Amino acid sequence: MRKGRRALSVNGQLYVLLLPTLILFLLFRYWPMYGIQIAFKDYNAFLGFTKSPWIGFFHFKRFFNSYQFWKVLINTITLSFFQLIAGFPIPVILALMLHQVDNKRYKSIVQTVTYAPHFISLVVLVGLLSIFLSPRTGLINALITALGGDAKYFLGNAKLFKSIYVISGIWQNAGWGAIVYLAALSGISPTLYEAAEIDGANRFHRMIHVDLPGILPTIVILLILNVGKVMKLGFEKVFLMQNPLNLSSSEIISTYVYKMGILEAQFSFSTAVDLFNGIVNLIILLAANRLARKISEYSLW
Amino acid sequence: MSNLGNKSGYDRVFNIVNNAILAVALLLVLYPLYYILIASISDPVSVAEGKVIFLPDKVTFEGYARIFRDNTIILGYANTIVYTVIGVFLGVAFTAGAAFSLSRKELKFRKTILALLTFTMFFQGGLIPTYLVVRKLGMINTMWSFLLPSAVWVYNIFIMRTFFTVSVPEELYEASMIDGCSQFRYFFSILIPLSKAIISVMVLFYGMAVWNMFFQPMIYLTEESKFPLQLILRNIILESNIGGDAVLDADTVLKKIRISELLKFTVIIVSIVPPLVVYPFLQKHFTQGSLSGSVKG
Repeated sequence: MRKGRRALSVNGQLYVLLLPTLILFLLFRYWPMYGIQIAFKDYNAFLGFTKSPWIGFFHFKRFFNSYQFWKVLINTITLSFFQLIAGFPIPVILALMLHQVDNKRYKSIVQTVTYAPHFISLVVLVGLLSIFLSPRTGLINALITALGGDAKYFLGNAKLFKSIYVISGIWQNAGWGAIVYLAALSGISPTLYEAAEIDGANRFHRMIHVDLPGILPTIVILLILNVGKVMKLGFEKVFLMQNPLNLSSSEIISTYVYKMGILEAQFSFSTAVDLFNGIVNLIILLAANRLARKISEYSLW
Repeated sequence: MSNLGNKSGYDRVFNIVNNAILAVALLLVLYPLYYILIASISDPVSVAEGKVIFLPDKVTFEGYARIFRDNTIILGYANTIVYTVIGVFLGVAFTAGAAFSLSRKELKFRKTILALLTFTMFFQGGLIPTYLVVRKLGMINTMWSFLLPSAVWVYNIFIMRTFFTVSVPEELYEASMIDGCSQFRYFFSILIPLSKAIISVMVLFYGMAVWNMFFQPMIYLTEESKFPLQLILRNIILESNIGGDAVLDADTVLKKIRISELLKFTVIIVSIVPPLVVYPFLQKHFTQGSLSGSVKG
C-alpha cells in the first residue's frame, strides 16, 4: 500500500500527461457508450440517458419490420464486400511492383504521385467525380460521344453507383495502402534473395515465392482489420454521392441513421439501428479473426 | 542460350512491363489533378466544349481573382486554418503525452487503460449518443463540437508509443532519472526533440484530418460564419450554388453559370494545394507512421 502510493507520487507526472486523453475518451467514447441504452428506451431530452423510460426491443422490431431494413442492410453489405474484394488486392500488387523498381528516383516519383489522392478531401473527390462524369461537360462523356456512344448521367444511375464508389476509392487509397506493405517488404532478409538467385529464380519468381510469402502476415492482419470494418462504411462519401436517382442503391445503414437521427430527431430509433450495425460488425470482426487463426498462424489476438 | 542469359532476358522484359504498368498507374492518378489545374486557368466555355485536354485554352486568372474577392470563401479558408492549427496542437500534444505515459512500465493500470483505448477502435457509442453528449456539453455551434471528440486517435497513440519504445533507447530514460530529471523534463526536453520525425507525421495526419473534415462541422455548426472551407466547397462544387459574392456582379445568367463553372476548378485547387505541398517533405517518414513495426510482430 505504502509502496503503491510512493510509486504513484513518483510517477504522478505520467498520469498528468495521460489525463487529457483519458478525459476525452471518457467524455466522447465511454459516455456515448453508456448512452446506447436509449436504443431500448423512449428517449426524452429532459429525462436524459438514465431516466428515460425503458421500452425493450420496440425500436429494433420497428427497424426489422420496416420496408427500409433489407434495402439498407443489403446495400451496406454488398457495397462493403465489393470494395473489399476489388480494393484490397490493389495496394498489395502495387507494393510488390514498386519493390521491383531499381531506379530509386522513378520509384519515389510513383510513390509521391500515388499517395497524393489520399490527401484530398471527400468533398473534393466527389466534386471530381461530378466534374468528370457530368453528362453535359464531363470528359468521360465527351470521350464516349466522340466514339459514337450516347452521353450518360453516371451519378444518377443506381446500377453504377457501387462501381463508381469502389473505383474512385481505389484511385484515392491504393497508393497510400501500399505503404504498409512496402515497409514489410523492406524487412525481408537479403539472404532469401541470394538463395533464390542461386536457385535460378527470375524476378517474377522472386516476387511470387519470396516477396509475397514475406508480407503474408501483414496481408492477413490487414485483411482481418478490413473485414472487421465491413459494416463501418464511411458515411461521408456515400452521403456526398447520394442523389434521389441513385438512392435505391446508395442508402446504407449509416446514412439512414443520419437521416432518422439528426434530420428527423428520432434519437432512440436511430441509436437502435446504429447499435444493430455495431454489433453485427463486431461479430464479423471476431469471426474473421478466428478464421484467420485457424487457417493461418496469424491473428489480431 | 545459357540459363543465366535466359534469366536476365526474362528479367529485362519483366522490368519493362513492370515499369510500364506503373507509368500507366501514375498517369491515371495524375491526369485528373492536372486537368483540374489547367481547367482552373482556362476559359470555362473552352472547358465545357472539351477543348481543354492537354493544355489550358484562352488562359485566364479570373477564377482566382474572384476567389480572393469572395468573403464566404475567404472566411471559410480562415476558419479552416484556425481549426487546423488548434486541432493539430491538441492532437499532437495529447497523443505524445499519452504515448509516453503508456510506454512506461511503471504506469499503474497500464494494461487496463490500453485495453479501454483499444476497445474504442472496434466499438463506439455511435452517431446519436455522441451527438447528444456533445449537445449536453453545450458545444453545439462551437469548434469544440468537432475538434474534441476526434482530437486523439488511438491508432496514433500506438504509432508514437511504438516509436518511443523502439527508437529511443531505454538507457536514456534511466540515465535522466538517475540525474534527477523529472518525467516532465525528460518528456519535454529530451524525448520530444528526439521525436521530430514522428511528430511531423502526426502533424500531417491530424492536420489533414481537420483540414478535410466535413461531416461533423455539418451536423454541429449552425452559423454560416463558422463554416470551414469544406462546407463552402460542397455548396460551390456539388450543389452548383450560383450566387455568392464572387458572382454577384455578373450581369447575365449565362455569365453567372460561366463563372460558377470556373470557380469549381479554382476552389478545388485552392483547397487541395496546402496538404499536397506539405506531404512530399514528410514522405520518407511515412513508413514509421504506418505502424509497420507492430503489424509485423
